[in-house]
Amino acid sequence: MSDAPVTRGFVGRRRPAQSDRLPPGQYDAGRQWPVLSAEPTPQVDLDRWTLTVDGAVLEPHTWDWSALHALPHATTTVDIHCVTTWSRFDTPFTGVSVETLLDVCGVASDATHVVAHTASGYTTNLPLDDVRSDRAWVVWEADGRPLTADHGGPVRLLVPHLYFWKSAKWLTRLELLDHDEPGFWERGGYHDRGDPWLEQRYQGDP
Amino acid sequence: MSSQPAGSDPVVENPGGTGWQLATVRAKDHPTEGFVRLRLELPEPAPHRAGQHYVVRLRAEDGYTAQRSYSTASAPGDPLVELMVERMDDGEVSGFLHDEVRVGDTFEVRGPIGRWFTWDGRERALVFAGGSGVVPMVSMLRHAIGTGNPDALRVVAVAKSLDRLPYADELLASGAFVALTRENLGARVAAPPYPDEVAPLLDDVDAAFVCGSVGFVGYATRLLREQAFPSDAIRVEQFGETG
Repeated sequence: MSDAPVTRGFVGRRRPAQSDRLPPGQYDAGRQWPVLSAEPTPQVDLDRWTLTVDGAVLEPHTWDWSALHALPHATTTVDIHCVTTWSRFDTPFTGVSVETLLDVCGVASDATHVVAHTASGYTTNLPLDDVRSDRAWVVWEADGRPLTADHGGPVRLLVPHLYFWKSAKWLTRLELLDHDEPGFWERGGYHDRGDPWLEQRYQGDP
Repeated sequence: MSSQPAGSDPVVENPGGTGWQLATVRAKDHPTEGFVRLRLELPEPAPHRAGQHYVVRLRAEDGYTAQRSYSTASAPGDPLVELMVERMDDGEVSGFLHDEVRVGDTFEVRGPIGRWFTWDGRERALVFAGGSGVVPMVSMLRHAIGTGNPDALRVVAVAKSLDRLPYADELLASGAFVALTRENLGARVAAPPYPDEVAPLLDDVDAAFVCGSVGFVGYATRLLREQAFPSDAIRVEQFGETG
């Protein structure tokens, strides 16, 4: 197919003023925050909810709701980019850096990837480097309010530099692996890494 | 889902299905208020499964692009890809597809995509769709009828009124249960589907497919759970407002 075929008659929206913040093929959804998920929203009981980090770690660890909140946490304001092409700028999230959790467990020397598991059974895979160095968070607040179940509450993963399906909702477990293992959407053809700036939407993208 | 091993899928992945192709519009009409139907010819069509979607990408002269995902209503085996696109307020892509596109035009598409929200025709399934959520269900319905297996699929379609329900004639002719929320349909007074209307359709059903807006999906999955239908047998596709 010829490169970059122009669509007859298509002009498109006015170009975003902050185009340097908008990855290719995305649009600015303003303050809207669309909800997308593959399964019914699970009802997560806070008294029974826990988060486990295990797999290729020196010592697995499980936190309950209060133990997680006892860890040093912070609010970080980020832009998020969904593979369905909406982006939402300047969204504040509050939670714990994944690095803090990994510090507690200790990362095994052969660990290369991580799979996020959720209360609904959803999984997503990420290179370990993408969740280190305070680039990934385990969050329970968005826009200054408790994360609603629709948006992954009580606790979701936040990896803002990758497409948002990597930021698994209803997080319950981070499993470190010494190899890559495609998650739920990835087995269905979505990209293993998902960098929005490279438009890594589907398998086979750069 | 996570317990479902990746290798269990009998359908061979089609890597060609994820590249961009230049589709040609072969037919365009507006059979339902607020919807446009497009039938697209792809140079290298890949077999799809009922419930899958395609991505449409439009490109302006300055290189600006906009892309959206749309489920196809085509049965597997249909040589053309049929889309039924609802017009969104100020919709950048839907507005273009409604107002500007003509038969013979070309634009880029990619697909088929998605393996989760697909029906292979073997399991007995209930599909529960609201508004434009009926589009992937029509693909499933056509598949069921086309393969001589209409009893495997039960359809609940919900809309405000019949003239806002895509494929209304086809759904009614197939025996689908149609619930209108803003107008009466025959003897049925306008209302969302009642639990006792849906419950009998759940007998012997292995899986439920729910598709519609966020609000609709919340309603439908709650209703199914109240009927003690297992959550892990419900597959959901929901959409927010994108243009």
